[in-house]
Amino acid sequence: MPDRFPISTEKSPNAIMEVILRLKIKDAMVTKVITADRNATMRDIQNLMKDNKISGVPVLDSCRLIGMVSVNDIIHALDKGHIEEPAIDHMTKSLVVLEDDMPLSFAISYFDKYSYRRFPVIDKNRKFTGMLSSRDVLSVMLQELNKEIKELEEKIVNERDELPNQIARDFFIKKFDFENAGKSSFELKKLLKEKNVSSAVIRRASVASYELEINIAIHSEGGRIVYLVDDEKIEIIANDTGPGIENVDRVVEEGYSTANEWIRSLGFGAGMGIPNTKRVSDEFEITSEIGKGTSVKSVIYLEKKNESE
Amino acid sequence: MKVNELASKLGYEILTREHNDADIKDGYTSDLLSDVMGNASEESILITIQGHKNTLAVASQLDFPAVLICNNRTAALDMLETAEKLKIAVLRTKDNQFVSSYKVYCEIKG
Repeated sequence: MPDRFPISTEKSPNAIMEVILRLKIKDAMVTKVITADRNATMRDIQNLMKDNKISGVPVLDSCRLIGMVSVNDIIHALDKGHIEEPAIDHMTKSLVVLEDDMPLSFAISYFDKYSYRRFPVIDKNRKFTGMLSSRDVLSVMLQELNKEIKELEEKIVNERDELPNQIARDFFIKKFDFENAGKSSFELKKLLKEKNVSSAVIRRASVASYELEINIAIHSEGGRIVYLVDDEKIEIIANDTGPGIENVDRVVEEGYSTANEWIRSLGFGAGMGIPNTKRVSDEFEITSEIGKGTSVKSVIYLEKKNESE
Repeated sequence: MKVNELASKLGYEILTREHNDADIKDGYTSDLLSDVMGNASEESILITIQGHKNTLAVASQLDFPAVLICNNRTAALDMLETAEKLKIAVLRTKDNQFVSSYKVYCEIKG
């Protein structure tokens, strides 16, 4: 096995990043776990390990995790003659734990950071809920990647249906990923510059692509932005997977925003995103369904009589 | 006016280790990124208190040569790293946005 987990939480392809951010630790962890209570002796735990062929036992005080006994702890107890003594005196008490709501990417970085083979998992009330091993992570990843790759393959087939002379670019935008926000707009701008599109049109396309990209990151559960460029027009299509907009008419009003305080503190949520996009677009469409998602399409023509420079 | 000339005239701290000493053609003062995106003219200096990476996403879209952080606010480390990659200068002053806007205006338009 390689030293590091074979998936990077920074440089992996988008599809992998999506999966490890979407999956929660609770989706991968094992919940049927052999545990010992606070009165168990080291001998009891040694027997539990032997009978169940396991190498680590969490020790619980009612539902709370108070320690772990590993094979090493047992060997140590045997060596020092502590095997009949309460486990509570000889278990490992300073534990690195994961929370069940964390994305799987956390677990992957933990496996890289620490040499442990498994981590106990607690919930937000600090109640013990399961164990997570690297094997559990790999197994759930393989299942998800199977699904993901199938979807990607279907998409490739669809893309072949595109028109000749059309350039298509496709980006995944993750929820609250302000680290990468703006990257797809940057790519679009580069592409348009290479195509010698007029700077006024590039400016408008930049506004639309940036605003739509940021909107997905701020307001949705994540989504995709697609750029279709041909000799006539730029199409920007932003789709997200929810939660959907209750009143679509209001978001086209300047100043209407549902962004929370910390989003606003980053300079977003001015309620100008959709109005800005609409203003720079020659054609603009927004549709949304609660629970399903929102779809925005902005079309900008490369040449327009009244706007030529 | 070039970035370095403006910084030295107004005594601004230059936080980035490298940048293009490009021409500043105009200026825009705002802390709302959509407002900047929608209304600022290209090749402007952005006067703001938003000392984080997202400011640079907007700055690079609009070919801003420089961002001026007011009120001596901290600029996030990843903001400076990104700025250096994009060769955009990040400047800092103790002045607020109002005072900064006046001073910068006098230099580049006066």
